[in-house]
Amino acid sequence: MSGLFAGTINVRQDWPCNSIKSAADLASPFDTVYVHPGRYVEYDIVIDKPLHIIGIDRPVIDGDHKSEIITVKSDSVLIKGFRIRNVGFSFTKDWAGIKIDNKDHCTIEDNEILDSYFGIYLKKSDHSVIRNNYLKSKAENEVNSGNGIHLWYCENIRIENNRIHGHRDGIYFEFVEHSKIIGNLSEGNIRYGLHFMFSNHDDYIGNTFKNNGTGVAVMFSDHINMKKNHFVDNWGTTNYGLLFKEIYDGELSENIFENNTTAIFADGSNRIKIINNEFRGNGWAMNIFSSCMDNEIAYNNFISNTFDLTTNGKRNNNNFHDNFWDQYTGYDLDKDGVGDVPYRPVRLFSYLIGRIPESIILLRSFFIDMINIAEKVAPVLTPQSLTDERPRMKLIVYDRNKGD
Amino acid sequence: MLKILKYSFFDLIRSRWSIIYFFFYFVTGMVLLYLSNDVSKAVASLMNVTFILTPLIGTIFGVMNFYNSREFIELLLAQPVPRKNIFLGMFLGISTSLSLSLFLGMGLPFLIFGTFGSDQIMSLVFLLISGIFLTFIFTALAFYIALVNENRLKGFGLAILIWLFMAFIYDGVFLLLLIFLQEYPIEKFAIAMSLFNPVDLSRILIMLKLDISALMGYTGAVFNKFFGNNSGMLISIAALIIWSAVPVFLILKKSAKKDF
Amino acid sequence: MIEIKGIEKKFGSLEVLKGFDLSLSRGKITAVLGPNGSGKTTLIKSILGLVVPTVGEIRFQGQTIFNDWKYRKEVGYLPQIARFPENLKVKELFKLIEDIREAQGNPEGLIHSFGLEDFLNKKLRFLSGGTRQKVNLVLTFMFDCPLYILDEPTSGLDPIALIRLKDLIKEKKNKGITFLVTTHIMSLVEEISDELIFLLEGQVYFKGTYVEMLNAEKEENLERAIANILEKEHAKDS
Repeated sequence: MSGLFAGTINVRQDWPCNSIKSAADLASPFDTVYVHPGRYVEYDIVIDKPLHIIGIDRPVIDGDHKSEIITVKSDSVLIKGFRIRNVGFSFTKDWAGIKIDNKDHCTIEDNEILDSYFGIYLKKSDHSVIRNNYLKSKAENEVNSGNGIHLWYCENIRIENNRIHGHRDGIYFEFVEHSKIIGNLSEGNIRYGLHFMFSNHDDYIGNTFKNNGTGVAVMFSDHINMKKNHFVDNWGTTNYGLLFKEIYDGELSENIFENNTTAIFADGSNRIKIINNEFRGNGWAMNIFSSCMDNEIAYNNFISNTFDLTTNGKRNNNNFHDNFWDQYTGYDLDKDGVGDVPYRPVRLFSYLIGRIPESIILLRSFFIDMINIAEKVAPVLTPQSLTDERPRMKLIVYDRNKGD
Repeated sequence: MLKILKYSFFDLIRSRWSIIYFFFYFVTGMVLLYLSNDVSKAVASLMNVTFILTPLIGTIFGVMNFYNSREFIELLLAQPVPRKNIFLGMFLGISTSLSLSLFLGMGLPFLIFGTFGSDQIMSLVFLLISGIFLTFIFTALAFYIALVNENRLKGFGLAILIWLFMAFIYDGVFLLLLIFLQEYPIEKFAIAMSLFNPVDLSRILIMLKLDISALMGYTGAVFNKFFGNNSGMLISIAALIIWSAVPVFLILKKSAKKDF
Repeated sequence: MIEIKGIEKKFGSLEVLKGFDLSLSRGKITAVLGPNGSGKTTLIKSILGLVVPTVGEIRFQGQTIFNDWKYRKEVGYLPQIARFPENLKVKELFKLIEDIREAQGNPEGLIHSFGLEDFLNKKLRFLSGGTRQKVNLVLTFMFDCPLYILDEPTSGLDPIALIRLKDLIKEKKNKGITFLVTTHIMSLVEEISDELIFLLEGQVYFKGTYVEMLNAEKEENLERAIANILEKEHAKDS
């Protein structure tokens, strides 16, 4: 589009054109609509031509809890600089602050979306960008709340530097391909910070997932690249830093998992490379079910976790090697930096807790230490083949700042 | 009482055993901090040592000190002082001097390494508090056992047995009960069980600091909810105080009637 | 000074004191004799309040001693076995007992006469048995009391210390001080005691002077008199 033919329309509360809706009707394709400061009580605003709609000094669009606020039904729409609040709630319709419906190449940038049901909703949109937005809601339970950024059947979307708080899922992907999630903060969302369903070939890089029900849940997806993210303080009974369910061929590298109840929980997940991550101060660094196969867990640092690893069966079909385990007590006589005896990361006690959760009250008891040692010497209940044959003696150092 | 406490304290603090005890904690603390350079890891390792050793040393010193001072106790009893002052003074003398060795031996390394600003330092504070409680509790128990048993060998054996039971056997029985009763809701039972053993109670107070992430999951949250909030903390401290007070009360009761 | 009425003491089923009356008069030295297990120590400990009699009453200067501890300010006690906290120095021990009794003692003369000057700064665990007994004596006599109870005061003493001790007792006696002494040394009894009590199987078998005891048993010395009594008892039993 070229600026040559583009006109300008101003919206001000004391002018005849005092609503966004009327400006959108008046505007011709490729016009720019400037909205001046004020509070505009409007909803069901439909943008059906390619417009740039820009708020000056962050005008407020208040939906008064009635309905959806902005619905985009045109390609190449830009919405920027608004505070959009009070989206309506419905059990039957997914009302959002801004919805892009079946159109491509849109940009949603630098908006605040407060007290929404769904925040930003992309439905069958390709090549759109969601950037530098701030979304905050007050989700109380999963039934009455929507997702912060919700994508359904999309491709080549970029979601960058947004901050998302208090939704059901911070970011939700369903049937989304070849998209990137970069540098976002997803915090205090009641279900998942980021949720993949049936989505393949996506990347998420350099995001922070803090204090969500579960940091990230990746389900029924493959070829997801997960890099340099920070999973922190995801606490709770069935809560995890990162949840894998039926996923294939992903890569998880250079992430930091800190103070999560369970940093990684994996069920039925195969051929994932888990490399160069750091696990620090988690309850369980990893809970890998025996349904997982051919995963490679290497060059990770395990530091100050209550349990490094637990599993639910006696089989092990994954490859653990060259990790640093701070609970490793072996020696390195040949000084090659690799411990001379293999490390068994699964302790009898973690198996016991799996069977009898109440026994966690005996954690760090001298008696428990003794039976752990006994099991280490002669494994009876824990998988005999689950060992790291090359435990590293020193922290593994890698350069987190190097480019991708 | 204060006079007897004072002399008993100075007598013990100058014995080489107190000095060895102090150095043991000091050296262990220094080495652990040097090797791990991490407060919570050092506290976790120290905790294992402390919860075995502190009750054991309290037990041994309590019994030995009583039996070795029998003649002196008779001399004191013939002096114009009430009986309860003598026994209370001696007990407090032993336990405060042991506590001082523990406090300095464990605290100094953290001071030297300048780790007092760290967030994790509360776990050390809890470890010191519970270590001191355990010293008082087991010294008092040992003192009472020695008071009741004229036979030194029997008294010594019984005191060691109580230590062994509290530090080790109790948790084994605890675990077996959890296994047998796993069909039932046993969280409350588990909490009650831990209130009945001062070693377990102390361990849980530290665990709440060190393993908070793990405790947020599964059943841990129930325990965290109980022990982690203020009222649970008060109940735990109250339980430790009762654990210290009951043997002292028994000492006073027994010593008031005993013939020497 | 001391009135004992109907005193009985049982340790479990063992009857150690079988109910007797006894009174000690002021200003006299009374020796308590008797074979092992006759109840000497239990009697002394009852007077000191270390043992609580099963039945009976003990009065000190007219007041009952039960549930009282203040009367012990008037009593100096020399225990049989001199063992003290090992890591205290001798002078600290003196200070300790002064503190506990809340009284100023006069140890200087005693330290001199028992030759303890060089030991004052030594820890008690480094002292020999004889020296500890001297410390024990100083500890007892450094306070002025109207009554002293001495349990085997001569054990481990060298001859010079023994003479000093006897002089000390005589000197105190002349000031009207009362003594209750147990000993196995008959010559000591003969030399210093005004009155002797012979305990046998928890009863007072004899109470009187030394001369009366010899006359009663028609013997020339105390050892024979005692042997005589014990043989008679033996014959009665069998």
